[in-house]
Amino acid sequence: MSFHAALRNATKSVFLRVEEAFDAPFGGRDNPLRHLGAIGLYLLWIVVGSGLYLYTVLDTGIDAVYSSIGYLSQEQWYLGGVLRSLHRYASDGFMLVMMLHLLREWSYGRYFGFRLYSWMTGIPLIWLAYVAGIGGYWIVWDELAQLSATATTELLDWLPIFNEPSARNFLSPDTISDRFFTVLIFIHLGVPLLLILGLWAHVHRISHVDYLPTRRVMLATAAALTVLALFRPVLSNPPANLASVPGELAFDWFILFIHPLTDLSSPAFVWALLFGLTALLFALPLLPHGRPPPVAVVNPANCTGCDRCLADCPYAAISMAPHPGRPGSRLAVVDPDLCAACGICAGACPSSTPFRRREKLVTGIDMPQLSVNALREQLEAALPRLAGRTRIVVFACDRGAAAGKLLAADDTAVIDLMCTGMLPPAFVEYALRGGADGVMLAACREGGCEFRLGDRWSSERLLGEREPHLRHSVPPSRLQLTFASAHDSTRLATALTEFRTRIEALGATTDRLQPYLRRAPHHA
Amino acid sequence: MLKPAAIVGQVILYGAFAAFIGYFATSPTYHQIPDDVALIKLSISHLGDRACRKRTPEELAKMPPNMRAPMDCPRERSDIKLEVDLDGREVFRTVLHPTGLYKDGVSTVYKRFEVKAGTHQLAVRMNDNVVNPGFNFVQEEEISLAPRQVMVIDFNPDQGGLYFK
Repeated sequence: MSFHAALRNATKSVFLRVEEAFDAPFGGRDNPLRHLGAIGLYLLWIVVGSGLYLYTVLDTGIDAVYSSIGYLSQEQWYLGGVLRSLHRYASDGFMLVMMLHLLREWSYGRYFGFRLYSWMTGIPLIWLAYVAGIGGYWIVWDELAQLSATATTELLDWLPIFNEPSARNFLSPDTISDRFFTVLIFIHLGVPLLLILGLWAHVHRISHVDYLPTRRVMLATAAALTVLALFRPVLSNPPANLASVPGELAFDWFILFIHPLTDLSSPAFVWALLFGLTALLFALPLLPHGRPPPVAVVNPANCTGCDRCLADCPYAAISMAPHPGRPGSRLAVVDPDLCAACGICAGACPSSTPFRRREKLVTGIDMPQLSVNALREQLEAALPRLAGRTRIVVFACDRGAAAGKLLAADDTAVIDLMCTGMLPPAFVEYALRGGADGVMLAACREGGCEFRLGDRWSSERLLGEREPHLRHSVPPSRLQLTFASAHDSTRLATALTEFRTRIEALGATTDRLQPYLRRAPHHA
Repeated sequence: MLKPAAIVGQVILYGAFAAFIGYFATSPTYHQIPDDVALIKLSISHLGDRACRKRTPEELAKMPPNMRAPMDCPRERSDIKLEVDLDGREVFRTVLHPTGLYKDGVSTVYKRFEVKAGTHQLAVRMNDNVVNPGFNFVQEEEISLAPRQVMVIDFNPDQGGLYFK
């Protein structure tokens, strides 16, 4: 294993452990670490909203800019002061969440293949965020702004981009004019607009995007930042004076860390670090990876053009085109560059029902590496082998708890799936009517699906909230939906034991479904 | 419905998030230079002189009448030689090159020197036409720097050349 792979795996392990620990108080839907992108976007909206108010009250004169912002904190602390503090703290939170998001996606290996576009479009956003953040500090024109403006221009001047050193603009008090702040404000508005445009591109190739976290997360985050704003309001440092070097300053390490880093090292080191890291991030997808798995394949003869695969695909890899053989009908088309090979589309296809009598089950859209037909064959082979009082079939995501090794027994058949979302719900009924006493579906933890939506779609289909749904005639008592990650072997084993006990308690109840054998006549 | 333990857990974790942001948004404080230090910024942007030559009457006679400029001035600018001494010690020696593909742009320099606050003897010498020996601009004076004061060494031909501000 390479050093990079070892580092990535170690980081992923830390993330997984912390995420799973956070599941206890937050649950999957509210777990902040599972929704860093959505929280980042939410923080950005707080920054934009509070910034609009600050923009309306800002006076762009050299002295007025300082006093107009100071007025908010001193005289209008209950509104302008709080909004100013929210603007600052939400910006810091955005930086923190953005870097965590980057680190998490890297550690999960989400930077190549079908995720390449999102990865590549995300990297420039980091630069835009820091340009917007650093520029925002200058607008206050206090000593911190002076330090940042001087240090940034000195850093920029190391690059051969300006004819004259840009730091000459901050040599003495008389070198600054009112126009500087007007230009600065336009930059501070323009760069975040570019950032928002870039974010749109960043999520462009995924579907069902979480543009915002859950309402509970939004309220709690806003409350936490507001309490912080009230108890520790943001205040200006003394006004800028270019005739002297700022003294000791309250310093924002989230955004301005680059200045002490430059003071400690050199501009050459800092630029080498920044350009080097950026190049490294861009180059990561070029590292050798395993061969990508085969992508979904459409069978035109069995595709009804129903759109369900289009609706469920988490990565917008499916589009609909006119069916070449059936005028007026449509046909699913898979974009191989975007396909994640999760199989969720096969699980969504109404043609994927195992009750079809054809010897070889050919469905509208399928995965070559684990076709719906192969899944049915596995199930049909496993059912007669089951022995014991309570025969259970477990369909388990092979990225979750190691169900195959852990649970397989004489009375338990385990069928591994690439994602639980690839299981057509009719397979549950098929297993029960084929002789199983119960069916367990072991999905990844809520919000922890490698393919984003597998756990959610599985759950909604089985609960009858999403098509294709599990038929209502299937007794819920014989179905168990369990969420278990790779670290949850014990939890999964316990869930199975409890499920078995529950089924045994049912005894010879009347909720058993009529047996169904595909190869036997059923019209007697 | 959230369990009480989950509510407590969330309050603690959201509180930790806010505390983390609140602390590192302002702390630890940063001190760019020590309190007893002042800063001298050397910042000069100047077009070097051109090595002009007076055309001979023979040369002028060979030229079209409308182009008989008495001086032949090349487009290129001269390098600029610059020296800074502080309290009799050399602190900076450089030769500035003109910018531009044709070396016809300004020559610039921007340097920071951290010095102890107090009285110092500062001498700056500049030659903007290195064809000529010596320095055609010299500024030397005793300066008194307060702690954290920024003093600028600049050049403006309209203000007599080198000056300290």
